[in-house]
Amino acid sequence: MANDGYFNPEDLKRFGEITRYQQTLGRKFFDYYREVFKEGALTVREKALIALAVAHVVQCPYCIDAYTEECLKNGADEEEMMEAIHVAAAIRSGASLVFGVQMINHIEKKTM
Amino acid sequence: MRQATQTLRRLRSPLAQTRYQLKVLHQPIETHAFPSFADTLRQHGKYPLKRAKLEILQLNLGKLCNQTCRHCHVDAGPDRKDEVTSKEILQRALELIRIHQIPTVDLTGGAPEMNPHFRWFVEQCSAICPHIIDRCNLTIITAGKQYRDLPQFFARHGLHIVSSLPHYSKNRTDAQRGQGVFEASIEALRMLNDVGYGQPDSNLQLDLVFNPTGAFLPSQQCTLERVYKDKLLRKYGIRFNRLIVITNMPINRFLDYLLQTGQYEQYMQTLIEAFNPATVDGLMCRNTLSVSWDGYLYDCDFNQMLDLKINHPSPHLLDIDIDSLEGLPIALHQACYGCTAGAGSSCSGEIAS
Repeated sequence: MANDGYFNPEDLKRFGEITRYQQTLGRKFFDYYREVFKEGALTVREKALIALAVAHVVQCPYCIDAYTEECLKNGADEEEMMEAIHVAAAIRSGASLVFGVQMINHIEKKTM
Repeated sequence: MRQATQTLRRLRSPLAQTRYQLKVLHQPIETHAFPSFADTLRQHGKYPLKRAKLEILQLNLGKLCNQTCRHCHVDAGPDRKDEVTSKEILQRALELIRIHQIPTVDLTGGAPEMNPHFRWFVEQCSAICPHIIDRCNLTIITAGKQYRDLPQFFARHGLHIVSSLPHYSKNRTDAQRGQGVFEASIEALRMLNDVGYGQPDSNLQLDLVFNPTGAFLPSQQCTLERVYKDKLLRKYGIRFNRLIVITNMPINRFLDYLLQTGQYEQYMQTLIEAFNPATVDGLMCRNTLSVSWDGYLYDCDFNQMLDLKINHPSPHLLDIDIDSLEGLPIALHQACYGCTAGAGSSCSGEIAS
């Protein structure tokens, strides 16, 4: 239980404990979560790859461990998983760079 | 083709002794870290687990193999030349298949095709048995001139081919089975397709086997099958019938891998937590009789590798009365959790989808 660091890999197994102190909301979250990851218009495998990419953007080490394994279980290989992360990284860097237009606008406004 | 590893026997690993493996598997029960498989069955009202009617005779034709895969539960390899089934044992098997009209004969190994009596046995057996499975590692087909006509031989006798291809990517497959295995497997699959295997208008059945290339459980068979079919057809023009998903068993070289990488306890915990009582009635140990290269009898291939014989006073093919098998309690151990995890695992894939 005791751990000096902020991220303890063992804590992932205790994720269910977030229902403590707020059972109704906690249960609703887990029901929703389970439903989201079921096979639907997207396959379980596609959802795992999306989750892996998002996990890198939100920089959640628990999610990275969990969805790396989920991707492997669903037959994804290293190339596909790395490509998924690049998609996330491209959107993330693009989201920064697009503000360059705002910078350009401001430069044009402020300079001769 | 380069070997992925060496056999435990050649490495003189303590795990080459089945008694040592059983000790490793059973130690956590003594320390109460894990519940015993028998206790788990008892909790779900499934104990004792008993043999049902015999439907599959699985013959391990020997531990000799042209590959040394990192996960092999048989510890097969090119050095195991002295452990191949004799013609006497095979003759007795034919007699039992004929007398008891056993509907399915499942040939495994090692590489069963390396047994010098393989072709003779198949010729004899195909005359008396409607369904013969050959668990072909694919690369044997390209391993030498003497094997290159195997696809035609398989087709002539209508064998059902079940072949391991743990991944549709070269990296994943070669990491488990050895450098060059993927390319040789693709070549062999093309040769099988060319004689009609896996083709939509053909009766020649070609199934592939997915087993995880590491310490994790496989996902749903149907999802993986869709991806496999799409990838293999688009990239290599290969067709097959079904994808069989098998869980890696903590036995022999996969157990060694788990211990060497410090993942043994975590993997066992994963298997135990994923125990699914709905898989128990369909376990393959209930309807299969597994025969070792030297004729001893086991409830399944995994028990064979741990040398846990059937609970019978004469557990040998030369002495057995097949009718006395039904109702016998099955020999259980901790690796059995591998067959009951998630959707379950058997030589035919998932048990409870």
